[in-house]
Amino acid sequence: MTGTAIEAAALSKTYGRRAPALHDCTFRLPAGRICAVVGPNGAGKSTLLALAAGLARPTAGRLTVLGTTPAAARARLAYVAQDKPLHPQLSVADTLRLGAELNPGRWDAALAGRVVAEGEVDPGVRVRALSGGQRTRVALALALGKRAELLLLDEPMADLDPLARHQLMGTLMAQAAEHGTTVVMSSHIVGELADSCDQLLLVSGGRIRLGGPIDDLLAAHSLVTGRRPAAGLAPHTVVESRASGRGTTALIRPAGPVDAGWEAREPSLEDLLLAHLRSPDAPALLTEDASPATGNEVTA
Amino acid sequence: MFAYRIDRRSGVATYVQLVQQTEQALRLGLLAPGDKLPTAREVVEATAINPNTVLKAYRELEREGLVEARRGLGTFVTRSLGSAPADSPLPGELSRWAERARAAGLERGDVEALFAAVLDEQFTQLDGTSKGDPA
Repeated sequence: MTGTAIEAAALSKTYGRRAPALHDCTFRLPAGRICAVVGPNGAGKSTLLALAAGLARPTAGRLTVLGTTPAAARARLAYVAQDKPLHPQLSVADTLRLGAELNPGRWDAALAGRVVAEGEVDPGVRVRALSGGQRTRVALALALGKRAELLLLDEPMADLDPLARHQLMGTLMAQAAEHGTTVVMSSHIVGELADSCDQLLLVSGGRIRLGGPIDDLLAAHSLVTGRRPAAGLAPHTVVESRASGRGTTALIRPAGPVDAGWEAREPSLEDLLLAHLRSPDAPALLTEDASPATGNEVTA
Repeated sequence: MFAYRIDRRSGVATYVQLVQQTEQALRLGLLAPGDKLPTAREVVEATAINPNTVLKAYRELEREGLVEARRGLGTFVTRSLGSAPADSPLPGELSRWAERARAAGLERGDVEALFAAVLDEQFTQLDGTSKGDPA
């Protein structure tokens, strides 16, 4: 799989006269990845997903989804918004029937039915009587039943108990393994996504801070400790440095071998994210495969 | 079907856990040559880990010569680890020995130390080289 699921160039979105929700975002998400969109509340995660789903228009910049505009890709993507909007008066069974009607030729009734049945949700009950977790399950059943090439899920697991979370994440991973589905999931909880995702977009303050395969991003950083001041870390890029006892602990992007006076190890995903969130001025990093191709490059 | 268990707190990389559990199953005879490993889809559905993690583990097992991917069919065990088959008398003999050791008043730590000493003695002799040798 070498295609591109999402590509953004200088993408910005401003609501009214407020500060921009997204500002000058450029990145690429290769098809077939399971991507975590991580960032604090209000970072711009939901705006990014809504733009990709074609539910909002960019104020500036360009956004390509599955090789076309978000509107033209609508039939091939599924989006689950954070508040899981469903028709409250419809029963669960009618909601699934609506999914079938709206997605002729694509709908997988068996899969959607199984996702609902695993949660022991009564198909006859109306959506308004469901618990938060059950609503989430029905919304995910609709998204999965659509057999989309791209799943855009905004905080999908927030309402679910640990068992349901594990079960639904397993179902998502199985779909991805079988059909090569690209999955984009936002969350502010890191642990939830670390084992399931292979790609990361860190968003904060409306900007893309990190983008790329998680393994590559981790390998591009080093957590160093030494009994010396942070000034000694030049020429490496210092993301964050803190006094630690008589010395310094720092997260750096090594620009070559690290001086033997520093004890270095690979950071955890949590180390990496927290250091970047505490240091809003640290330069952004996009790996090569998370960077849009330049205009004159020929795709093979 | 063979089932993997992921321990998220172990600090061991997830794909390494898959490799180690497969090797352990081969040693214990839970998996034998000709057996089919679960598909990536089956593993991720049960564990919720990323599909690429499973593929990475299977590639590593293939590199070690323990399994073989057959196109369109799945991944199959090609070699066992350890030479004691499932119906060997050895596990039972060891079990009875451990019972006698316990009846004789040995504690777990004593048994472990004794076992480790016997292993060192036996296997160092048979290998013909000691661990300290610069090969």
